[in-house]
Amino acid sequence: MSLVTPDIIKHVARLARLRLEGEALERFAGQVNEILGYVQRLQAVATEDVEPTSHVLPLSNVLRKDELRPSLPQDVVMALAPAAQPPFITVPKVIDT
Amino acid sequence: MPTGELASKTIHELRGLLEAGTVSPQEVLDDVLARIERFNPTLHAYIMVQPERVRRQLRDGGTLAGRRGRLHGIPITIKDNICITGEETACGSKILQGFRSPYDATVIERLRREGAVLIPRANMDEFAFGSSTENSAFGPTKNPWGQALDRVPGGSSGGSAAAVAADLAVAALGSDTGGSIRQPAAFCGIVGLKPTYGRVSRYGLIAFASSLDQIGPLTKDVRDAAIVLSVIAGHDERDSTSAPVDVPEYLRALEQPVKGLRIGVPALPEEGLDPGIKTALAEALRVFERLGVTTETVALPHISHAVETYYIIATAEASSNLARYDGVKYGLRATVSGLRSPVSGLRWEVYTHGGRTPTGKDAIAWAKDAEQRGAGEILLTSMDRDGTKAGYDLELTKAVADAVRIPVIASGGAGTLEHFYDALTVGGADAALAASLFHFGELSIGDVKHSLAARGVPVRV
Repeated sequence: MSLVTPDIIKHVARLARLRLEGEALERFAGQVNEILGYVQRLQAVATEDVEPTSHVLPLSNVLRKDELRPSLPQDVVMALAPAAQPPFITVPKVIDT
Repeated sequence: MPTGELASKTIHELRGLLEAGTVSPQEVLDDVLARIERFNPTLHAYIMVQPERVRRQLRDGGTLAGRRGRLHGIPITIKDNICITGEETACGSKILQGFRSPYDATVIERLRREGAVLIPRANMDEFAFGSSTENSAFGPTKNPWGQALDRVPGGSSGGSAAAVAADLAVAALGSDTGGSIRQPAAFCGIVGLKPTYGRVSRYGLIAFASSLDQIGPLTKDVRDAAIVLSVIAGHDERDSTSAPVDVPEYLRALEQPVKGLRIGVPALPEEGLDPGIKTALAEALRVFERLGVTTETVALPHISHAVETYYIIATAEASSNLARYDGVKYGLRATVSGLRSPVSGLRWEVYTHGGRTPTGKDAIAWAKDAEQRGAGEILLTSMDRDGTKAGYDLELTKAVADAVRIPVIASGGAGTLEHFYDALTVGGADAALAASLFHFGELSIGDVKHSLAARGVPVRV
């Protein structure tokens, strides 16, 4: 069973701006199909009477107090950016004109 | 005391010596750093250790000021995915190379509070994906066992495990998503513990699969694991999934007799289990039985679905978590030549005029810097004085290609097939990529393909 063809991998790679070619397309198609195979096998497990688990502990809607607290200084955070004109981070053009 | 003797001791042994004043924190740290200096070039358990930065913690009152903590003067090695203020934390990846965290992970705060001396950066599989520590962007770690050093240490916390096993660390922190502490600890013959999810705060741990990740200790014995866990465990409001549950006294629990406990032992598989491990397991069970523990065979009916479930949860969560490495706020920003260009490895593009970049920097120095910062290939475009593209500069391309070990591609305006071949041979570039950057005037892509094939150049145009 092969749901994902090398052509689909090529298409996804193009959307992600990744350069994958030749043997790599085959290899990744094989790996993705293997993972999809896992999904199929899990679908065979009877889970009708099993409660869904979201956490090992009975935790839900964990909220903190709505209080002001110090955060990282702006200059410290700006210094990490590959390019910045504080207080702004500069980014490359992402839309063709 | 002979070199390496202090580094070989456990936390609880060192604690005794430090409390009695027999040795100083300085002596303990110097001994560990000496082991690192001597053996890390071979084992590569650490990506990098900066002895002076590490020693600074002992000076100026630093770590050991104030009350005497539970880890007073004990060096603890830290995996490269746990954030320490001001220290480089790259998660084994060139994408985060050079990233210095502006804050401490909660576990780091807790270690500091107890007087521990931190030694970053234990090697790991990139982004913690892997089980061998062969997939670090900074080179593999070797398992210290065996003369030939031809075994993997396991992973992804293979650096932490190898360091503890070879006395390049007293104890270490690692992280475990699908075995990344337990498996390398087993491969290196030390103790590794993945705490129950929620027991240890994940705040400041670079995320892989958030619903599975836990930080835990890798140590020389069980008592040390209990000591480290008792320091790092506990609720943290900065990790909403951390458990608001009291931390038991693990050390006291170690003093309890085991008589009367029941151990469930899963039916062992017929295949895929090394006979030596099977024997060791049977022997361990006999020891427990002699101590009054009963063992019972248990069935794990869902075990066959474990890998399937893991692959779906881990990959889905990893793809969400890694989407943050977009090079906007921190980390590496790969420069590409156009919006539709594919990013090959990590490509860096430079425009030069007469060998100098627009900022006046020497193109060769720039290229070396790009290589060091993780560039996979370099694209060189020469400019005219007025700033328009002038096409290729093969002389410069050759000079840059000689200075770095990554492919250098001359890009630019229209060229002939001859120029194209030259550009390929000079920089070791990929034919398909180079072709996509060249304009061949009247030549069709079919001509290029045909001519390349005739010259024996691999064509994937």
